[in-house]
Amino acid sequence: MKKSVFTGLYILIAILIVLPFVIPNAFYMDLAIRMAINAVIVLGLNLLIGFAGQISLGHAGFLGIGAYASAVLPTHFGWHPLLAMGAGAAATGLLAALVARPIFKLKGHYLAMATLGLGIIINIAIRNEAQWTGGPDGMPVPSLGLFGFDLTSDKHWYWVVALLLSISVWASLNLIDSPFGRALRALHGSEVASQVVGVDIVRYKVAIFVLSAVFASLMGSVTAHYVGFVTPNLADFFHSIELVTMVVIGGMASVYGSIVGAVLLTALPQALATFEGWETVAFGAILMLCMIFMPKGLVPTLAAKFGKGE
Amino acid sequence: MLAQFLQFLFSGVTVGATYALAALGFTLIYNASNVINFAQGEFIMLGGMLAVFFTMSGLPLPVALALAIIVPAIVGVLVEKLAIEPVKGAETVTLIIITIGASLVIRGLVQVWLGKNTHSLPAFSGDEPIHILGATLLPQSLWVLGVTALVVIALWYFFNRTLQGKAMLATSFNRTAAELVGINTSWVLFMSFAMSAALGALGGILVTPITLTSYDVGIMLGLKGFVAAVVGGLGNGLGAVVGGLLVGVLEAMGAGYISSSYKDAIPFVLILFILFFMPRGLFGGKSTDRV
Amino acid sequence: MKMALLDVKDLSIHFGGVKAVQNVSFSIDAGIVYAVIGPNGAGKTTLFNLITGVYKPTAGEIRLDGEAIHGKSPNELAVRGVARTFQNLQICLNMSAIENVMVGAHLRLDRNLVKAALRFPGLKKRDAELRAEAAELMRFVGLEQFIEARADSMPYGALKRLEIARALAMKPRLIFLDEPAAGLNPKETIEVDHLVRKIADSGVTVVLVEHDMKMVMNLSDRILVLDYGKKLAEGTGAEVRQNPDVIAAYLGAHA
Repeated sequence: MKKSVFTGLYILIAILIVLPFVIPNAFYMDLAIRMAINAVIVLGLNLLIGFAGQISLGHAGFLGIGAYASAVLPTHFGWHPLLAMGAGAAATGLLAALVARPIFKLKGHYLAMATLGLGIIINIAIRNEAQWTGGPDGMPVPSLGLFGFDLTSDKHWYWVVALLLSISVWASLNLIDSPFGRALRALHGSEVASQVVGVDIVRYKVAIFVLSAVFASLMGSVTAHYVGFVTPNLADFFHSIELVTMVVIGGMASVYGSIVGAVLLTALPQALATFEGWETVAFGAILMLCMIFMPKGLVPTLAAKFGKGE
Repeated sequence: MLAQFLQFLFSGVTVGATYALAALGFTLIYNASNVINFAQGEFIMLGGMLAVFFTMSGLPLPVALALAIIVPAIVGVLVEKLAIEPVKGAETVTLIIITIGASLVIRGLVQVWLGKNTHSLPAFSGDEPIHILGATLLPQSLWVLGVTALVVIALWYFFNRTLQGKAMLATSFNRTAAELVGINTSWVLFMSFAMSAALGALGGILVTPITLTSYDVGIMLGLKGFVAAVVGGLGNGLGAVVGGLLVGVLEAMGAGYISSSYKDAIPFVLILFILFFMPRGLFGGKSTDRV
Repeated sequence: MKMALLDVKDLSIHFGGVKAVQNVSFSIDAGIVYAVIGPNGAGKTTLFNLITGVYKPTAGEIRLDGEAIHGKSPNELAVRGVARTFQNLQICLNMSAIENVMVGAHLRLDRNLVKAALRFPGLKKRDAELRAEAAELMRFVGLEQFIEARADSMPYGALKRLEIARALAMKPRLIFLDEPAAGLNPKETIEVDHLVRKIADSGVTVVLVEHDMKMVMNLSDRILVLDYGKKLAEGTGAEVRQNPDVIAAYLGAHA
């Protein structure tokens, strides 16, 4: 077996351990936490897009369900935050499973349309149900109590998300190199060939769609508790696109690419803030240039250049 | 009752005509290149914003309107030449991100150069409403519908009666075969982007006196145009027009009778239902994969 | 009376107005090599697609060991031990060569998502065994030098054999080979000829579509001749060769 796959994980863990000691101030700490949260979401989305070859333009909607479950249920109904997070994930999983069966009989652009529509509907619902969600202005989220102490300081948050990220990377690597993961990649490579060897392709697509949606929902809850405030922007079309872009720019079907994509695209808006007024233009131009010159994404392109496969 | 219904119908058909033009734009580009151009909505915005800008800068109305169609067409061609042609055969996701990148660049430039304000155009033939069975119809709506009808007829003539049109149609069916019989498919690509952008811009100009415009109206208009194109069955021109009108009317009816705050959700609920039960849209044929 | 392994009765499929296969009937006994021949467009691949569940027939029935299987999906047929290769390669180029073969064993493995993500030791052990098994299969089809290769770096002829290895990884009872020698040079063709013989000798029933007549006559116990979607003749090589219809429609024009 190739050991090199896990080397990346060890390097990642080493970086995650050293990072808080070299981060100069709270601003960068916050950035690091948001990068890690996005990386976990993107890992899940990459399983769907990069490995299974299915598109989703509505994942921010699932993120929104998780985030708002963590905001609404404790605030209005007094639920324990962990219970709320679980309920959000369960609701997301159920919704994803319900719509996924018909959706995954579709291909390519029809699939893009269906997932896009689903995401937009969720977002509009969040915006409109102002008596529960605060509408376009958003609402505060109570802090997350874990085993008796409140998660409030950035330091604590950092270790929580670093742990989540490491586990997610480990689990993704395991999954890809398993019978389940091979079936996923096979249906990406050739649907008919995978069916002929016995893969029930709709079942696999549904399974990975639900899994990535639940990932997004859970991380939506985490984001909500970490930031302490949620707004509908978390669930809008543009955010769905941002997530897909992280997958593609980092590298489709690349676990480490997911992390690189999440890190770069989380940092980019901060970097572009200096271009006052030109942020949108610069962001759009960078997306285009990356895709034109590195259509396979950063990590696979660099890996190919330095000749060491993944 | 009837008056109210007619009122919703009029506004639905008017907006629907804009969606139809956008959907035709999606269809043209999809047929020529298999690309879903997520920048289509920005051409609608560009048409409206440029018409406002050129008239404000003192150009005579016909000149201003012509420029507001020509400039977006040039932008469309630039997008095709600089961003689509270099990545021929890339994966669907890659192409989607490229066109979204293009839409951000266009929107961002308009925001920088023309500002974030909301603008309107004067109606082409006054604001005196026409009364029909208790409902009112704006003269501008007639402009929207009339011009859309003319465009549809012109496109039909172009694709069925002219050599250039038939060449574009042939390319959409089978690119390799079209190249073998000597059709210049890169010209076809060029034409599709120019025409799509011009159609979008035209829709944007026509509807601006009614719905107003600003730098950020393109996203929703574009997405609804995409819905309309899929409702009709991607790649089907007639389907795009019917889809556009249907989306517009249902949206207006839904806003009127059910809930105006969920107006924007209606097209997306519609498309989910259609895809659940008719996975290739209303007019899309069945396809069988060859293996 | 002994029941045939595969029994096809009055099978038809229409695409719009095109009758690609019309009222075709035949049966295949277990353990033989059965060839389907006919000019281009005769409906051979369509027939394969019908039997392996890729297409649903317009009319007629297909029975495997007496069980009606028409209208079942390809993955349901895989469960019943039906394997196939494709005329136009269907290799997963996003995976390594050996992984393509391993996918063939899909149904024999524990496909649980949670166990996979948590790296259950039993699963990993089974996977390691499977890898060895897949390498063995690759040697069996003559791909020993590609065991560590990526699928997208392999030449055409090797990919054709990789498809056969993948199909064999299913441990099928019945294998459909769609033009295994198409596009191969004479030396490679002879190798594939030997390979098909080895597969048949291992007890798998082989159904073959092939244009190389020498190979067909060499290998086949029985031959079905299709022309314009219809059955023209069926029998042993000698019978088919002497059939005047076949000579007129097919062999006469080519051989």
